[in-house]
Amino acid sequence: MSSQISGSHATAKVVFYNDPKFRSRFAQFVLLVAIGLFAYFAYENTSENLRKRNIAQGFGFWDVEAGFDISQTLIAYSAASSYGRAFWVGLLNTLLVSLVSIFFATILGFIIGILRLSRNWIVSRLAGVYIEVFRNIPLLLILYFWYGAVLGALPEPRDSLAIPGDIWLNNRGLLVPRPLIAGDILYTVAALGIGILGAYILARFARRRQAETGERLPVGWISTALIFGLPLLVYLGVGTPLGFDFPEKGRFNLTGGLNLAPEFVAMVVGLSTYTSAFIAETIRAGVLAVSKGQTEASQALGLSRGQTLRLVVVPQALRVIVPPLNSEYLSLTKNSSLGVSIGYPDLVNVFTGTVLNQTGQAIEMVSVTMLVYLTFSLLTSAFMNWFNRRVALVER
Amino acid sequence: MVIAAMLRKHSADVYVLPNSAEVGSNWRMGMKKLILAAVISAASFGIATAASAGTLDNVKQKGQVVCGANPGTAGFGVPDQQGNWTGLDVEYCRAIAAAVFNDPTKAKFVPLSSKDRFTALASGEVDVLIRNSTWTMSRETTLGIIWAGINYYDGQGFIVNNKLGVKSAKELNGATICVQQGTTTELNVADYFRANKMEYKVVTFGTSEEALKAYDSGRCDSYTTDRSGLAADRLSMTKPDDHTILPEIISKEPLGPVVRQGDDQWLNLVKWVHNALLISEELGVTKANVDEMMKSENPEIKRLLGVEGKFGESLGLSNAWVVQIVKALGNYGEVFDRNVGPSSPLKLVRGSNALWNQGGLQYAPPIR
Repeated sequence: MSSQISGSHATAKVVFYNDPKFRSRFAQFVLLVAIGLFAYFAYENTSENLRKRNIAQGFGFWDVEAGFDISQTLIAYSAASSYGRAFWVGLLNTLLVSLVSIFFATILGFIIGILRLSRNWIVSRLAGVYIEVFRNIPLLLILYFWYGAVLGALPEPRDSLAIPGDIWLNNRGLLVPRPLIAGDILYTVAALGIGILGAYILARFARRRQAETGERLPVGWISTALIFGLPLLVYLGVGTPLGFDFPEKGRFNLTGGLNLAPEFVAMVVGLSTYTSAFIAETIRAGVLAVSKGQTEASQALGLSRGQTLRLVVVPQALRVIVPPLNSEYLSLTKNSSLGVSIGYPDLVNVFTGTVLNQTGQAIEMVSVTMLVYLTFSLLTSAFMNWFNRRVALVER
Repeated sequence: MVIAAMLRKHSADVYVLPNSAEVGSNWRMGMKKLILAAVISAASFGIATAASAGTLDNVKQKGQVVCGANPGTAGFGVPDQQGNWTGLDVEYCRAIAAAVFNDPTKAKFVPLSSKDRFTALASGEVDVLIRNSTWTMSRETTLGIIWAGINYYDGQGFIVNNKLGVKSAKELNGATICVQQGTTTELNVADYFRANKMEYKVVTFGTSEEALKAYDSGRCDSYTTDRSGLAADRLSMTKPDDHTILPEIISKEPLGPVVRQGDDQWLNLVKWVHNALLISEELGVTKANVDEMMKSENPEIKRLLGVEGKFGESLGLSNAWVVQIVKALGNYGEVFDRNVGPSSPLKLVRGSNALWNQGGLQYAPPIR
């Protein structure tokens, strides 16, 4: 190639189209333009075809009255609300079921994962059975199982199971007394805030003290007292400013109180049990990834088994655990879209289901839904990446 | 493919060798985008081709009519254990096949849920949708589809378990109601409770089987859909006799065959197959006597059966099109009777679906 070049420039100036930098940028540019043109063409072609066959397009439906009801709404919603409002109801329901399930799946997964590593043969085998069972059954079947076979088998409203504390359980869900703010609740909330702040300061102080003197404070007990005890004392002190709306027997079902619908419960239990099996394996892998020497060293230092796990093994295992955990959370959120099969009004059920059907605008609905799940996923990833950087091993 | 090749070339030309993983991921990403673009374009082209060709020519070329059918409502559309479809809507599809091919078996059924049906029709997956679909204004003005007639006049009702002691829908205040998604039902029930200032809780399911199962297991106090559907669904419950259909009819549900807009020839064909079934009943032409009727002196019958005039040809069919339909399936009355009427497990009365001259609403324009 260079033999062609002659003249005064001994350093062999390359012609611009032979410059690797130029070439790579040019290729990227052409690719980008091609994709852009293609997207434009696809968009134009689709909208032209929709116009030709009188199929509505655009987002004009957003403010139109929806006309249907939704069983579980976190924000005020009625049949007179707009399609846009229905979208937010579905979105919040998806978020709610995902967050609650992630919470339980993580705790359950962590416990099962640790039990799987137990030296007790029976305990570790039982955890193994749990993992294999829930990991190898399709999620849809697990949901049907919890919804149909377990919750569906509960007694009818007339024969509701009574649980002490005015809690009722029947095939319409779990009814608990709904707290009502009757008096001045602000002091109690303030006390809770002070308690949490106090516990945080105490934890920092205790850490510094241990680093300086080697003495350890019973942080756990004091924090518990601060966070729970303090607000409780204030609450009782100002004269229990909280009332309750108790469930009562109505014509068809118990009315009043707070009703956790079986669809919601089945979703949470189903998603948690299913995902926890995967999380348990992730946890086990993470713990096993910590070299045995670490455990032996900490035992040699006189740390108990619990302390070894808490202070030495888990912090190091987290490095391995967090990235795959992220994927588990992402799939849990996406799996929540199976709600439609058991009547849980999540985003896919409400928006990509009912709203799509009433308006017939599949392309708009599906694009918006994809965008929502993409946003959820990116946000979860961003949070987990931040967390991962925090727990990452600081290399010196 | 050119782009992919370029991308690969570009990667190889870089002087500072990137690690192989990077090249791989770059290339993979490029491929992904390409595949996505291909899928999108294929989808949009798919829509384009479905629009241009005449449905009748298309059907003749394929050698069969593809009908969107109800996946499981007894009397209207349901496959039995051998995979043979039966039902009023199913026979309408067979009638179209008989008119086009002189062979009622040249009909293919695609089971569609309420939520998928109109998309399947609009995208050309099926030639005609005959699946208890309610004719409404918004559906016809925004979905790009058009109704070819009303083969069953229906209305929405409620079914309840006898042990609740509910005798009227007006007593349903506070009830939990199961519905199927993507139906007019979902909207009517909201309207009904709003209009009567009653409270209720709705549980919405993706398919009618799921909604029905939930109702049957006691999750809901009532299940609501078109009354013909309720009669069919009642039969599939664990104890059919424990359930009663309440007397109230809360909506108008004109059900009928639907086609895509923009193909008037095909619309005409489907519309006139329906009309021919009605006129045959009106003139007393049945499966049994159709050959005899060919010799009739009645000019109306002569035109109907193609003895006189070229009405079939004007639809793009043979002039014996009605003879083909009636020989295969009988007239509207026979089809009704066999699938949903007295000779069927549903035992529905003709009611609004009787002919206009017998106190019903079924009325066909004349063939002339």
